[in-house]
Amino acid sequence: MEPIPFRILSVKQELHDCFTLTLACDQIPFHFVPGQFNMLYVFGHGEVPISISGNPNQPELLVHTIRNVGSVTAALQQLKKGDFVGVRGPFGNQWPLSEAKGKEIVILAGGLGLAPLRPTIYRILEYRDHYKKITLLYGARNPDAVLFSDELGQWAHQIEVELTVDSAGAEWLGHVGVVTDMLQQQMGSSTNTIAFVCGPEIMMRFSAYALMDRGLSADQIYISMERNMKCAVGICGRCQFGPYFICQDGPIFSFDKVEQLLKIREV
Amino acid sequence: MVEAKSIESLLRESPFFQSFQDDHISLLAKCSEVVHFNQNELLLTEGESADCFYLILNGSVAIESHFPGREALVVSKVATHGIVGFSWLFPPYRNQFDARAVTSVLAVKLSGSCLLPVIESNHELGYHLLRGFSAIMLQRMQAARRQMLDIFGQSKKTI
Repeated sequence: MEPIPFRILSVKQELHDCFTLTLACDQIPFHFVPGQFNMLYVFGHGEVPISISGNPNQPELLVHTIRNVGSVTAALQQLKKGDFVGVRGPFGNQWPLSEAKGKEIVILAGGLGLAPLRPTIYRILEYRDHYKKITLLYGARNPDAVLFSDELGQWAHQIEVELTVDSAGAEWLGHVGVVTDMLQQQMGSSTNTIAFVCGPEIMMRFSAYALMDRGLSADQIYISMERNMKCAVGICGRCQFGPYFICQDGPIFSFDKVEQLLKIREV
Repeated sequence: MVEAKSIESLLRESPFFQSFQDDHISLLAKCSEVVHFNQNELLLTEGESADCFYLILNGSVAIESHFPGREALVVSKVATHGIVGFSWLFPPYRNQFDARAVTSVLAVKLSGSCLLPVIESNHELGYHLLRGFSAIMLQRMQAARRQMLDIFGQSKKTI
């Protein structure tokens, strides 16, 4: 599968080290499901897996939110409107929204983990009546590191949105503490609830344990895994995680499938 | 001032005191009063003698520390039904942080100098109180450790 050139329509600086690219390809719609990712190729630099953070109901636009953490993502950050990016995808599975119908959904996002969850939130808002109570609990490093802050305010009109930061100054009126603290205040019945969790792996582990402490079983909790990916089609083995290839079997897994694997160092 | 019976029901309604026996609630209520704080008023002041704790009935309280020449740093926030103040239980009985009302706050204030002699003679009440405080302290210590990990700092997240 060769990369298809997509033109950059806009670049938005979200945070000091985080930016959003909006791409398009000659009016050809790019259909994907929430949770999937693409391989983005910067010509002359390399290719990286990046989750899709745009609206699945707007397939004419392909949106990626990216943190600058290495040479390829640094090269992506240098690109301007009108430049081209190679795109392979979409790859991977989706957040289980069909299984969530008729249920409460608790969404826990940490840091940049909100980006892979944003398509899910768009889809939920479009079909809001398919679900019961929706709660988004979002944790960030500090008030300056809150992603999509304008949209968080808009979403709060339709779903419960709670925001917490690890540290803040006295002017911050919101919550300060870890994201799992807010579960105690927000979660209702555990039997008819499904949870989607995305963030740093350590945050997802703690969140999954906290959700289980609140009565959810491991198969009611879904997390988005990440490992280094190269081919994205299950051939190269770079993203092998126990018996799974993250690129093909994931990146979304129910926690019961990966809980034991997550306890093994260096997997 | 709210009469003792009302304070008893306020204590019973809180998750912290829900498992306490009626006679224990009565003893606690005798050492309690309902208090109100305006936004930015201090419930506890760092360095001062610790002689009470609060059950927050309504509002939000920031646990924070101040530094010369810069704004205060908030360590955590305590919301409705939360407990503020541990230092009254242990020597040297000195507050380690400021507790500031982020919003208007209504709270039950429980006096340490009133309660300490009571739990010295009523070990069962003391056990339940310490068990409750230990659970909260464990939760906050674990949360503080996770905050220290700074997991949102430089993630290698590429997806």
